[in-house]
Amino acid sequence: MMRMEDDVILKVEDLATSFPTRTGLFNAVDGVSFALKRGKTLCVVGESGSGKSVTARSILQIVDKPGRIDGGSILLARPDGSITDLASLDPRGRDIRTVRGKEIAMIFQEPMSSLSPVHRIGTQIGETLRIHFGIRGQAQRERVLELLRQVEIPRPETAIDRYTFEFSGGMRQRVMIAMALACNPQVLIADEPTTALDVTTQAEILSLIKKLQTAHGMAVLFITHDMGVVAEIADDVLVMYRGKVMEQGPVEQIFHAPANAYTRGLIGSVVKLETKAEVRLKRAPIPEDAPPLLDVKNLSLTFPSGLKAVNDVSLFVRPGETLGIVGESGSGKTTMGRCLLRIYDPEVGTMVFRRPDGHSVDIRTADRGDLKDIRREVRMIFQDPVNSLSPRKTVGQIIAEPLKLAGMKGREREDRVAELMQQVGLEPAWRERYPHAFSGGQRQRIGIARAIAVKPRLIVADEATSALDVSLRSQMLDLMMKLQDELGLSYIFISHDMSVIRYMCDRVAVMYRGRIVEVGDTDQVVHNPTHDYTRALLSAIPHPDPRDRRIHKRFRYDAAAPVALTHPLPETLDLS
Amino acid sequence: MFAVPTLFAVSIIAFIIIQLPPGDYLTTLMADWASQGGAVEAGTVAAMRERYGLDQPMYFQYYKWMAGILMHGDFGISFELGKPVTELIWSRLGFSLLLSLLTLCFVWAIAIPIGILSAVRQYSISDYTATFLAFFFLAVPDFLLALSAMYTMSAWFGQSVGGLFSAQYIDADWSFGKLLDFAQHVWLPVVVIGLGSLAALVRIMRANLLDELSKPYVTTARAKGMSELELLIRYPVRLALNPLISTLGWILPAVISGEIIVSVVMSLPTTGPLLLRALLAQDMYLAGSLILLISVLTIIGTLVSDLLLALTDPRIRFQ
Repeated sequence: MMRMEDDVILKVEDLATSFPTRTGLFNAVDGVSFALKRGKTLCVVGESGSGKSVTARSILQIVDKPGRIDGGSILLARPDGSITDLASLDPRGRDIRTVRGKEIAMIFQEPMSSLSPVHRIGTQIGETLRIHFGIRGQAQRERVLELLRQVEIPRPETAIDRYTFEFSGGMRQRVMIAMALACNPQVLIADEPTTALDVTTQAEILSLIKKLQTAHGMAVLFITHDMGVVAEIADDVLVMYRGKVMEQGPVEQIFHAPANAYTRGLIGSVVKLETKAEVRLKRAPIPEDAPPLLDVKNLSLTFPSGLKAVNDVSLFVRPGETLGIVGESGSGKTTMGRCLLRIYDPEVGTMVFRRPDGHSVDIRTADRGDLKDIRREVRMIFQDPVNSLSPRKTVGQIIAEPLKLAGMKGREREDRVAELMQQVGLEPAWRERYPHAFSGGQRQRIGIARAIAVKPRLIVADEATSALDVSLRSQMLDLMMKLQDELGLSYIFISHDMSVIRYMCDRVAVMYRGRIVEVGDTDQVVHNPTHDYTRALLSAIPHPDPRDRRIHKRFRYDAAAPVALTHPLPETLDLS
Repeated sequence: MFAVPTLFAVSIIAFIIIQLPPGDYLTTLMADWASQGGAVEAGTVAAMRERYGLDQPMYFQYYKWMAGILMHGDFGISFELGKPVTELIWSRLGFSLLLSLLTLCFVWAIAIPIGILSAVRQYSISDYTATFLAFFFLAVPDFLLALSAMYTMSAWFGQSVGGLFSAQYIDADWSFGKLLDFAQHVWLPVVVIGLGSLAALVRIMRANLLDELSKPYVTTARAKGMSELELLIRYPVRLALNPLISTLGWILPAVISGEIIVSVVMSLPTTGPLLLRALLAQDMYLAGSLILLISVLTIIGTLVSDLLLALTDPRIRFQ
């Protein structure tokens, strides 16, 4: 008979999960061992592709096809003392199904796509009760209402009969949590549950999970790539890299005395983003009286739905300066950025852009010819490095595209492409390759090379580093600052990530519901915010230091509290 | 809401189409008489032309025709058969509709399970077989299928084929025996008309389901502890059906046009053969009314599929 120490609910030993591919087996999880203790939180961290999510799914045997568990054991201890090895069960059998949802429940990253869009949330939550306890009808409804109250969904009696798309992201994740809690599981596996959420919503969800964990005495396995979140909630940490465990131990030790080189690097790249970049600290400040390169005044854009996406926005950018625009999803920051290139046509306001020859043009009213010239001088970098590059063109062709439009030909164009690739840290010899052959970070470099190809003066970077792992993020920001100094660029840097803004921006504008609520020097806004919304935003950001956990003490901005239910509009409008 | 102007546009187009061929019913009639050696006086033609209103401008003829339909439900008179169009059409239209509906039911009932099987067991023998057969029937023309089916049935099984009833029941009143006889006859045309659309639907169902099977909500449901079969029916199949419902809009016209050809070949008492004859004879009110009614059915089908879709998919309902 197997024995397990007290408190240990789940013990994973030497777990190996692999995916057969054309070139052989890909070992997504390779000899991972850990133990989950009652009432404790174990965070599994790692960058994309590290196998953390596959580890979680292996426990419930719900790894996507064609993955399968090759070896190791997953021991689950029940309250009655019996122990089952989940790894030995048939993934389609009855035994594993009684564990799923009842003893071990799971919540997922994308609450929208992880819930069915055509079933009412009450049905989806109630189903778990029916499957495991045969609870139906009125009794089921009562229990679902109780669960909805537990996860603090407003007006549960009406919410129960609604569909997922009628909820905001945070509310959807609460529905997922309610679903997971339905059968009082002993273990809750949370697979990046807050990654798709705004920081303030993330803070709410994290507190909720903590609260419910305490109330139910659950063990939580929390998977994330965000070291800030880890520092805020973890008791123990497991660091994964390419399917292997790099290091594991108490959170304090991982953050303050990491033994492993990879862990040190990971913590280092997070901590680096906690302060302003060195190159920016050393640089002389931009003269205050320099005439602005772009001066936006009273810009407004109303969508046909009646939503004021951009509401009376005024801002300016000086030459060589980086202006950060920070805000949560639905704040209108992306829409505003697109207005600057006239992808959208704002109805009101002026956007005065100073041309190199000294005279000024209003982008809002510019004619076709002027607009064409302006779009050569104002370029954009997009968030998604995968979808913003054509998969059918070689990297050389992608970077050459704007040069071709500018009329550059033959040898000269080839040389310029090679020069650009070198500038962004890519080998010119790779020009014949297609985008899919590059990693996420490299693809974003291609995007940058394309943006700077025609020597622009202003670049609008829309969440340019959001899709990248944290270790790549600072590299990318360093590259952008290097190019800024070399080419005399100005940036408008749109991001929801305050650490990125703090790292590289000279000034920052905080957007909330289409308006700019605060604008000022980055240091001043970060350390002495004047607007309550900015304070709330800043205090909700997880701080990567387990000795200073503070999102539980965060400041909440309630002045115009969003109606929690039935306001999916801003989210669907955020085109980022 | 767009159904009404669409119907109006369709009626105009139907009318223009039947006016398009050079000449009119009378020229066809003259040609017939002339070929039979009869001499025709110019005066007779003019008189007949005036009687039928064929000497008036096209828009006026259209106006008269539409006014008749809208005010009195009068679709005009068939020149050739000398009877009101309404009388000729209704019974045949009923059979057309019945045949189309039966075909739709048959197609859905067969296509959905095969599509599901094909998707769930992707790249298995059953998937390949279904795919092969689907493409095969998609490629074979309706009339060829009808001919070979008729040949097979009568030559090898000795069953009477063609028509919807045996001779003794054609003019009989409805009875149990007639119903049984109808069932014996109707399945063959249903299968023949259905096979082409069936193949298309199997492919659509398979593709839809394959998309849905890899969606995260399937994993969520699995993580709840739901059994694989219940999971399959309740989530991915349920969602994969939605796009299938919207195919109703184009399956219906496909079935109806397939029905025309097959009905001619198998001599079914539906609108198909009647339409063909009316077109050949330039019997303009009969042809026009048939085209109009078939189009109306199609538009209604599309409307029904939209309504059904709104009923089954809350995302559309809430827009």
